[in-house]
Amino acid sequence: MKEFAQLFRQLDQTTKINLKVESLAAYFEQVSDRDKLWTIAILSHRRPSRTVKTSLLRQWAAELSQIPLWLFEESYHIVGDLAETIASILPPADRENEYSLTYWIDYIKGLKNLPEEEQREYLLDAWGMMDHAERFVFNKLITGGFRMGVSQKLMVRALSKYTKVDENKLTHRLMGHWDPGEDDFQELIFSENPADDLSKPYPFYLAYALEGEPEALGAIEEWQAERKWDGIRGQLIVRGGELFVWSRGEELVTDKFPEYQALLGALPDGTVIDGEILPYKDGKILSFNLLQTRIGRKNLSKKILSTAPVAVMAYDLLEFGGEDLRERPLSERRQLLEQLMASEDLPSVFMLSDCLQVKNWDELRQARAESRNFQSEGLMLKRKNSPYRVGRKKGDWWKWKVDPLTIDAVMIYAQRGHGRRANLYTDYTFAVWEGEQLVPFAKAYSGLTDAEIRRVDAFVKRNTKERFGPVRSVKPELVFELAFEGINKSSRHKSGVALRFPRILRWREDKPTEEANTLDDLKALLKLYGNDQND
Amino acid sequence: MDLLTFNPNGIYCSQADLYIDPWRPVERALITHGHSDHARYGHKHYLCTETAAPVIRHRLGDIKLQTIPFGKKVTVNGVDFSFHPAGHILGSAQIRVAYKGEVWVASGDYKLEQDGLAEAFEPIPCHSFITESTFGLPVYTWQDQESIFEEINDWWRQCQAAGKVAVLSGYSLGKAQRILRGLDPSLGPIFTHTAVENINRIIRQQGYDLPVTQQVRPEMKKPDFVGGIVVAPPAALNSPWIKRFQPHSLGIASGWMRLRGARRRRAADRGFVLSDHADWPDLNKAIAATGASRVFVTHGYTSIFSKWLNEQGYDAQVVETRFEGELNEINESTQAAEKSE
Repeated sequence: MKEFAQLFRQLDQTTKINLKVESLAAYFEQVSDRDKLWTIAILSHRRPSRTVKTSLLRQWAAELSQIPLWLFEESYHIVGDLAETIASILPPADRENEYSLTYWIDYIKGLKNLPEEEQREYLLDAWGMMDHAERFVFNKLITGGFRMGVSQKLMVRALSKYTKVDENKLTHRLMGHWDPGEDDFQELIFSENPADDLSKPYPFYLAYALEGEPEALGAIEEWQAERKWDGIRGQLIVRGGELFVWSRGEELVTDKFPEYQALLGALPDGTVIDGEILPYKDGKILSFNLLQTRIGRKNLSKKILSTAPVAVMAYDLLEFGGEDLRERPLSERRQLLEQLMASEDLPSVFMLSDCLQVKNWDELRQARAESRNFQSEGLMLKRKNSPYRVGRKKGDWWKWKVDPLTIDAVMIYAQRGHGRRANLYTDYTFAVWEGEQLVPFAKAYSGLTDAEIRRVDAFVKRNTKERFGPVRSVKPELVFELAFEGINKSSRHKSGVALRFPRILRWREDKPTEEANTLDDLKALLKLYGNDQND
Repeated sequence: MDLLTFNPNGIYCSQADLYIDPWRPVERALITHGHSDHARYGHKHYLCTETAAPVIRHRLGDIKLQTIPFGKKVTVNGVDFSFHPAGHILGSAQIRVAYKGEVWVASGDYKLEQDGLAEAFEPIPCHSFITESTFGLPVYTWQDQESIFEEINDWWRQCQAAGKVAVLSGYSLGKAQRILRGLDPSLGPIFTHTAVENINRIIRQQGYDLPVTQQVRPEMKKPDFVGGIVVAPPAALNSPWIKRFQPHSLGIASGWMRLRGARRRRAADRGFVLSDHADWPDLNKAIAATGASRVFVTHGYTSIFSKWLNEQGYDAQVVETRFEGELNEINESTQAAEKSE
């Protein structure tokens, strides 16, 4: 695992893409095929399930380091990363090891279902033969959430550099189901026929946000405009008499959406649809919040199926009659999709995302302004003669979102961040006025520059009222403008509202706290844009 | 009334009417060492060790400064004062205060590892010990300096191979000289920022050995720096000064580099865990060696560290410093490393 720890260090020490690609490619040269597969898996978020409870890890690490648990927890708050905290407090190792990454992953998998006492023995033994860097990655493998500062795209680029296989082909081959512990590297990477795997999805094509005005895109006749639906982007695959549903996060979610089984007989074999999974009932699209209530559940109760049913809004046709259509122009794919949709046997859960019929950009602008009335986030613009590309690419697809809603709010709590921002107060809770009271209504963290974060951090440390573990209440003196995509009623929040995607737009240093918005202002927004069916 | 008390001016001995490392201007100040959060402007009379004096004079200019050798006693109104090595930087001292059989030690900043420049830390038996806690968390443990210097020299070699200038930051007083002594001069030329070179000059005049260095001058051009390493204070990293070395690789030598988050926040290419402060094991070791029953915790993770000490059987308490008890945490987030500049 020394090579892997070294790779991690190299990736962590630079922000330069080229250096990362080089380090990865060099690493692929060094290690076994099995280690390569595991590394690819880790970098594409396929990791073994957790076998040891983190509460036990904390306890054992504290015991071994001869410090009380409270001191471990305080240290963890300051470090901001459990794996690193454990690696840093343990006494130095007394042995070394030359075991591979695969060896240690199997070792971790083997801990599953062992009695706690034995898990403890195995862990102590492992820690006793690792240096700080090895312990850190080992702990990361146990706790999960391993961010190595390498996107899937970048990993594929490095793998392509090493294997000389085209990046798009590699992306496709690495999609879907494969097991880094079982599959063969040569077969997975070099096999010319990835469709052998019936469930294998195509890489999603993702859009960038439109910068500036749409007129810059040229003649409107060359573009197809649709509403941008607010659900879960997904791919529906019918092959070999089976239906598979993939989310954009490359998760196989077939079981989560039993409604779609109705499509099995209705769509011909060898069909792949790109679309949006939407909560939908009685002819109306519901709020995304409702979808969230069912995603996390292990068991879908009858109740949840009836309160939060789903439909799919079809955007594109990627495969038809078993043929990969992605290189054909959008206009052609769209025509085929419309023909397919014309069939009378299709169940009602299957809908077509309409193309907006407009004559010029101004009419489209008007349509965009009405987005919120349709429970939509804005528009999608797609070039009619474009192929279906791989990943996020500029040029042919643009998302043109509505401007966010905004409100001025007062910061009342601050919490330490994680990772790069550990030890800095970066996560804030905001409040609006209700009479003389400040009522909290949203948490947000992104949106400030590093310099601003440092200044807010210094403010927090000097203006703390009370401490609650990692959270501090602060004097209500700073005002921020928050942006958010939507607003809904909520009985779980004291304020009675829940915001969608709240983030800090700017620090309003010019505004005294008295001029921040009020709860009544929020309620007025709720009335205008809120969605009543929700909670 | 305690022999030493803490008031808004700093650490005060009322029996002798003088202060240790005061923050605000006072009549008489005993100074542990020359870093700017300890040796401040505006006092009427200063007293420090002989080896600390030249740098303090350089930094504070025309002040009334008396010096005292390590270990020598001076008595003021019945109170005995003496200075003992703290191992932090050259000339840095702990100050022992004794009156009618009661002994206090104000440690200033200290470290136990010997770096060859700072006089080696001596444990001083006392009843009450005032300790710093800059790195008073169990996650802060240092490796021995030889292995860190090896890392630094390896990195310098890698920079040379990649055609880059190695730029390494460390406080200009103390850390910079320690780095210089750890560099392998056979690898290539060593350059210094003016702030570092000013201190080097003083320390060389005091008779200590430092490797040959060249001060970076405005007329120097890119080719002059090829294959070299530049030692500069942290503040210089955020200034246009550094552009002249492009392409370069940035390294930071600091105890804060122990944490990945801190390392990444600085956007440095490399972090080297090298500190002039005691790590967690050494803080505990130093306190135990004094035999003190009362411990006053200042500068750092004060509340956590004093809670820990209380559980270990000490009578420990937090001393609030003038930045509301979080001097170090604030400094850390606004680049603590600049404090000596």
